[in-house]
Amino acid sequence: MTEHALATVGVSLGYGKRSISSDLTVSIPAGSFTAIVGPNASGKSTLLRALARLLAPSTGTVLLDGRDLTAFGTKELARSLGLLPQTSIAPEGIRVADLVARGRFPHQKTFDRWSSLDEAAVAAAMNATGITNLSGRHVDELSGGQRQRVWVAMVLAQQTDVLLLDEPTTFLDIAHQISALELFQDLNAREGHTLVAVLHDLNQAARYASHIIAMSDGQVVASGAPREVITVEIVERVFGIRCRIIDDPESGTPMVIPLARVAD
Amino acid sequence: MRTRTPAARNALNAAGMLVLLAALLGICVLSVLVGARDMAASDVIKGLFVFDGSTEHLVVWESRVPRTLIGLFVGPALGVCGALIQAFTRNPLADPGILGVNAGASFAVTIAVGLFGITSASGYVWFAFAGALIVTVAVYVLGATGRSGITPEKLTLAGVAISAVLGGVASAITLKNREAFDSVRFWAVGSLAGRSLETLWAIVPFIVVGLVLAIAISRSLNVIALGDDLGRSLGARVDVTRVLTIASVTLLAGGATAVAGPIAFVGLMVPHAVRWFTGPDQRWIIPYSMVAAAILLLVSDVVGRILLPSAELRVGIMTAVIGAPILILLARRRMAHGL
Amino acid sequence: MPPVGDRSVSAPVVPPPVDFGRRGYVVRARRVAASARLDRRAIVIVAALIVVLLVVSVATLAIGTYQLTVGEVVSALFGQGESRVRLIVVEWRLPRLLLAIGCGIALAISGAIFQSITRNPLGSPDVIGLDAGAYTGALVVMLVIGSGSYSLIAAGSVIGGLATAAVVYLLAYRGGVEGFRLIIVGIGVGALLASFNTYFLLIVDVNQAIVAASWGAGSLNALGWDQLGPFSLVLLALLPFVVALAPGLSQGELGDDAAQALGSNVERTRLFSTIVAVALTALVTAAAGPISFIALVAPQLAKRMTGLPGLGLVASAAVGATLLATADFIAQRIALPVGLVTVSAGGCYLIWLLVREYRRS
Repeated sequence: MTEHALATVGVSLGYGKRSISSDLTVSIPAGSFTAIVGPNASGKSTLLRALARLLAPSTGTVLLDGRDLTAFGTKELARSLGLLPQTSIAPEGIRVADLVARGRFPHQKTFDRWSSLDEAAVAAAMNATGITNLSGRHVDELSGGQRQRVWVAMVLAQQTDVLLLDEPTTFLDIAHQISALELFQDLNAREGHTLVAVLHDLNQAARYASHIIAMSDGQVVASGAPREVITVEIVERVFGIRCRIIDDPESGTPMVIPLARVAD
Repeated sequence: MRTRTPAARNALNAAGMLVLLAALLGICVLSVLVGARDMAASDVIKGLFVFDGSTEHLVVWESRVPRTLIGLFVGPALGVCGALIQAFTRNPLADPGILGVNAGASFAVTIAVGLFGITSASGYVWFAFAGALIVTVAVYVLGATGRSGITPEKLTLAGVAISAVLGGVASAITLKNREAFDSVRFWAVGSLAGRSLETLWAIVPFIVVGLVLAIAISRSLNVIALGDDLGRSLGARVDVTRVLTIASVTLLAGGATAVAGPIAFVGLMVPHAVRWFTGPDQRWIIPYSMVAAAILLLVSDVVGRILLPSAELRVGIMTAVIGAPILILLARRRMAHGL
Repeated sequence: MPPVGDRSVSAPVVPPPVDFGRRGYVVRARRVAASARLDRRAIVIVAALIVVLLVVSVATLAIGTYQLTVGEVVSALFGQGESRVRLIVVEWRLPRLLLAIGCGIALAISGAIFQSITRNPLGSPDVIGLDAGAYTGALVVMLVIGSGSYSLIAAGSVIGGLATAAVVYLLAYRGGVEGFRLIIVGIGVGALLASFNTYFLLIVDVNQAIVAASWGAGSLNALGWDQLGPFSLVLLALLPFVVALAPGLSQGELGDDAAQALGSNVERTRLFSTIVAVALTALVTAAAGPISFIALVAPQLAKRMTGLPGLGLVASAAVGATLLATADFIAQRIALPVGLVTVSAGGCYLIWLLVREYRRS
């Protein structure tokens, strides 16, 4: 698996008249599991959408492997970048295998809709996410955690080297959050995918990601390895809370302990 | 989005109401003074107060005054009915028509004319009322089936389905029966003309009861707009309000359609437009809808009288011609609210 | 590890086929890059529908003012038998039947596309005032220009319908078209046109009005080979576009973001699909007047019968064709426009559906 890098150079992002980020330059190291963290409305999802080419920057360029994103064809890009959006709709009554198979779209032609390559990719994706035994079930019967795995499997079936995940753990309960994060870590370390995920939980980001980008007000405040970014000063600057940092007893990664509030 | 204190909001609404009432008075006067037959204002006033049996004075009393009065009752009925349905279904696109009222009334009239041969308006008015009533109840029952109770989607679907069946059968009857077709095609476009005052007075009690009910529950409707659970916890009697809303809607829609025939659009457009000015407070929306709908109806009627030199455009057509552009204009100017 | 000295070669490990939870058949062509997975239940349902359609077709061709036997019908279709029988079957009844089938297919596909785009089982072209506009166009030709010519009326309805859709779209356009605004404008324009339509029906004499109202109810009466020809050409011209757009439409059901990320150009697919769906509806309205409910009911019924979610174009088309052919059979027996049958039956079906759904939930 070759290593890929995403980068933005001086991009300005916004929705209509509302500007979210201006002159943003970000680099995603090749082969990393990058977590983008920050408070609400800090521009995390906006950045991710720009990386996925769902949002066109008003200035600047987004580069994949040094190539301008706008130069990619639609299906060509879909074969290089996979996205797990925040909200997706599972058509009513669809079964797991059907939904995962939808991920093969960028590789298919009008009349070639279930080649042996497609079948192998879908089987491998379900295997990697551990849902092979759920293959024939209806998606709406599954639990939240299982459903999330199905969506991840769909993105995996796309067979892209880069995966972008927009808040993949936000609506899951803790057990499913951990199992999803462990899956992502696996996909990165063992299978070699480059992952970029918007995460809410700082401690989870520190524990599972290899690279962290902390954003606030549409700008990058810090980026680097967890140990470099999760510091008392940066946490206060980005999130506005005072804390102390200890080492996570299980993993040794930095762990944020917010200070008790002193009455003011 | 304007933000004002509640006191300022109330003051503004009260001021607006005075303006509307003045406009209503003005349009009533106009409605009596203006018509296809050219009459001097002094003649009209003499006809009102010093009746002498001449043709002119007959026109005033037999034609213009009745239609003005009918407009004064049917308009508010339609407007408030629409406001109630929109509040009840939490859907700003709801309209009495979607509840099958028009289809029910038309169907009943078709039966009256086609099967029973009744051809006078005073004859089939009760059919129309009964038809509107029965269909509203049927739609409500159908929409209430199942454990999840009444939801806007179920009501809409039920209304669409029942209207379709009734419309199809009614068309089948009229396409086979020339006299029925002829009578029904005239009735099927609402009009304030050609209805006697006796018919009106017979139906007015129902409309008045419906209006009073609506005003009585307007405060509860505000609270329920927040959602059933929240409404209950705030002390609103959700089920009672529901039943009263249905009762009021039935009386108003049934009464209005029975007297004037199906008039579309007023119930849809007026509360919607009113809400853009008053804000989402039902205690203002309902009275405003009463007056605004009356104004819309009477204006449509007056314009319909004078627009064409030789004929008259019925009010059912004019409300759409006047109302639709206003609705489109409003839709373009405002940021779209969610459905 | 195979024991030393063992000459057997282990076979390459082939992963078991993916379990879709339903029986299906995978078809892969050898020389060209073509493959598909066909669902068994869907195949059975479509086959059953075709059988029903054949039965209804033969019945339509046999029964009527002149009763014929099945044998006579079949031989007439093959060009044999009495010339009188051939006249009845091939010249009079067959084109009407084929039009019913064609219109059923066109309406069902149009409905399936609209429901997929709007992600709403009630999605239909009516929301943009198409039917009202088509009726206005036809009425203008019939009552203002005073022509009874089929082609002129058809042209009028197409122009009316398409012009209305365009006007609604433009009026709703303010830096983009938002669903809510589109619906309001559609309702407004639709109401305006509906009032014109009723006005027309009022001011003409009752005989003209009945004829116009009959057209407005949707009828396949008195349609023959002259009308079938152009209809079929346009339908066959539109179908390849449908086939090309279908995969993209399916992807669109996953949500705009997911679909775009999977390589589907969402906006473009939606625009072209809307155009094709509108064209299909306009085609049917031009041929036979507005026939309601098939576009709504056929895709829903197809989904229910095959149990397959999403855009089921073949099944929907099969259901549509069978429904309309059956409706026309009934319409001919009771001497009423087919549109009335579809509207009444459609309404009843919807009621039954609602009762069943709500009882279940």
